[in-house]
Amino acid sequence: MLNKFIDRLRPQFEEGGKYHAFHSVFDGFATFLYTPRTTATSGVHIHDSIDSKRVMIIVVLSLLPCLLFGMYNTGYQNYLGSGASSMPFWSLMAYGFLAVLPRLIVTYAVGLGIEFVVAQWRKEEIQEGFLVTGILIPLICPIETPLWMIAVATAFSVIFVKEVFGGTGYNIFNVALVTRAFLFFAYPASMSGDRAFISAQPICGLGGTVNFADGISGATPLGQVATHTGGALQITNIVGDPVSSWDAFLGLIPGSFGETSTLCIIIGAIILMAAGIANWRIILSVIAGGLLMGWIANIFATPTYPASYLSPLDHLLFGGFAFAAVFMATDPVTAARTGTGKYIYGALVGIIAILIRVYNNGYPEGAMLAVLLMNALAPLIDYCVVQSNINRRLRRAGATKSTES
Amino acid sequence: MAEKTDNRQVFLNPLSRNNPVVVQILGICSVLAVTAKLEPAIVMGISVTAVLAFSNVIISLIRNTIPTNIRIIVQLVVVAGLVVIVDQLLKAYAYDVSKQLSVFIGLIITNCILMGRLEAFAMANRPLPAFLDGIGNGLGYAAILIIVGFFRELLGSGTLLGFQVVPQCFYEAGYVNNGLMILPPMALIVVACIIWVQRARNKDLREE
Repeated sequence: MLNKFIDRLRPQFEEGGKYHAFHSVFDGFATFLYTPRTTATSGVHIHDSIDSKRVMIIVVLSLLPCLLFGMYNTGYQNYLGSGASSMPFWSLMAYGFLAVLPRLIVTYAVGLGIEFVVAQWRKEEIQEGFLVTGILIPLICPIETPLWMIAVATAFSVIFVKEVFGGTGYNIFNVALVTRAFLFFAYPASMSGDRAFISAQPICGLGGTVNFADGISGATPLGQVATHTGGALQITNIVGDPVSSWDAFLGLIPGSFGETSTLCIIIGAIILMAAGIANWRIILSVIAGGLLMGWIANIFATPTYPASYLSPLDHLLFGGFAFAAVFMATDPVTAARTGTGKYIYGALVGIIAILIRVYNNGYPEGAMLAVLLMNALAPLIDYCVVQSNINRRLRRAGATKSTES
Repeated sequence: MAEKTDNRQVFLNPLSRNNPVVVQILGICSVLAVTAKLEPAIVMGISVTAVLAFSNVIISLIRNTIPTNIRIIVQLVVVAGLVVIVDQLLKAYAYDVSKQLSVFIGLIITNCILMGRLEAFAMANRPLPAFLDGIGNGLGYAAILIIVGFFRELLGSGTLLGFQVVPQCFYEAGYVNNGLMILPPMALIVVACIIWVQRARNKDLREE
């Protein structure tokens, strides 16, 4: 039925039709819903059942566990903080859903709006890269980030990181991470501390008011570590009970919306790797690099850098490290492309993330900055790998020639 | 008459079509460093204009007596002398701004725009065109500084020249100043936007 509707509309958008000026908007929607009806007519093309829209949809699917768990956790933290006696599962989910919905809507409205305008202006087809970015942005931001900040940051990164470089597939940095970095540097007060990560107000009659005055602190585990001074380090949850590594693995800790649960991230990683989208080399080497650096930091643990007391495993469970390893570092556009390059790229992401986390108390979480830094270096890594390959083969060719003659 | 139009071109070209910052991409360091607030940006613009104009005139006057081998040294001596005068004047009459600009007044000596204009123009032209060229380039530089400083102070601090511009009710409604505008990266991005607008308006400046 929908297909018929699109077919009926189609002539009006074609050359000479009434709404030809909006044909890129129309094409965007039509190909989102169905496969495009034009095929390549010249040259050699690789045929594959998977196009970039299918890739995007699989990535969105793999993010769903994190999204759903984020809703549950947002509700859980609010109910816990406000001292609710019972926590019905569906109320928690509904509360989290209502908390995140405006953020999703704002992100998509701003991001897609800019993409549509630019596509119209350049008379190109609409590219669908924002589908994934739009869901990533609410997932990696604290739940209490004001909506207008999300709008400003999304607009900034879509324009300056993606559109000026030529649109989807040409961005040098990960768009969602630049949004996060923009928010972090532009509005530090709203992006860190002990209030940003807990949704404190009731929404539509659900949830309660979290009163931060009564010894309740919504600081994330890494935030607590960074501000820790003296004494034994004990990470606590919002009402002051200790947090175990198991809680951190499940994700029942304060944190950015979708990145708390390592379990859901692992589910997402399995989906991505089974579909052949995320590269296992990068994920593996990020984790190896993180473990290595966490281990080194732990050996040389000093009270000056409280985060160095965390065990290497805790480094993987807390904060955005796992999320960055699975969903950010593996972005095929901004990662290294050569096989060897992927190992180097991933390992450096892991090492730098923990390095920033441990040895720079100003930045409790280093995963974001590490991935952005390595995005910038990825082309250089690829260049070196390719050059050393060429040189090795040249030497081999030269060697065989000299033995022949 | 031919000379007259020439002088006009000499004065007007660097303001837009051949702007030292956004077309020749010179003097970027100081644009990053001094534009977090509008006031130091204006003072810096005036200082560079003054130093550039007078060093252009002096070099132009003695251009026929400078030995070619040591011309850079002579130029540096002239510029350094003028910069010290400007620095002392600022310390005497505008101490606060002088503190804010700190080392960047001294660094005018190494500003590429000065060396570029002295080498390219003052060494080969008479004093009057050289003076106009210096004023033109200095104002072209100052204009960019002021535009960048305007946006950075407005969005980063909510003030202009130290006076609060963003109304208080905005802050009460949840508006927060953009901390990133105070940091140097945003100066680069604002300059990039100016270049973008400039190229969009002047089609002949576009590169393929």
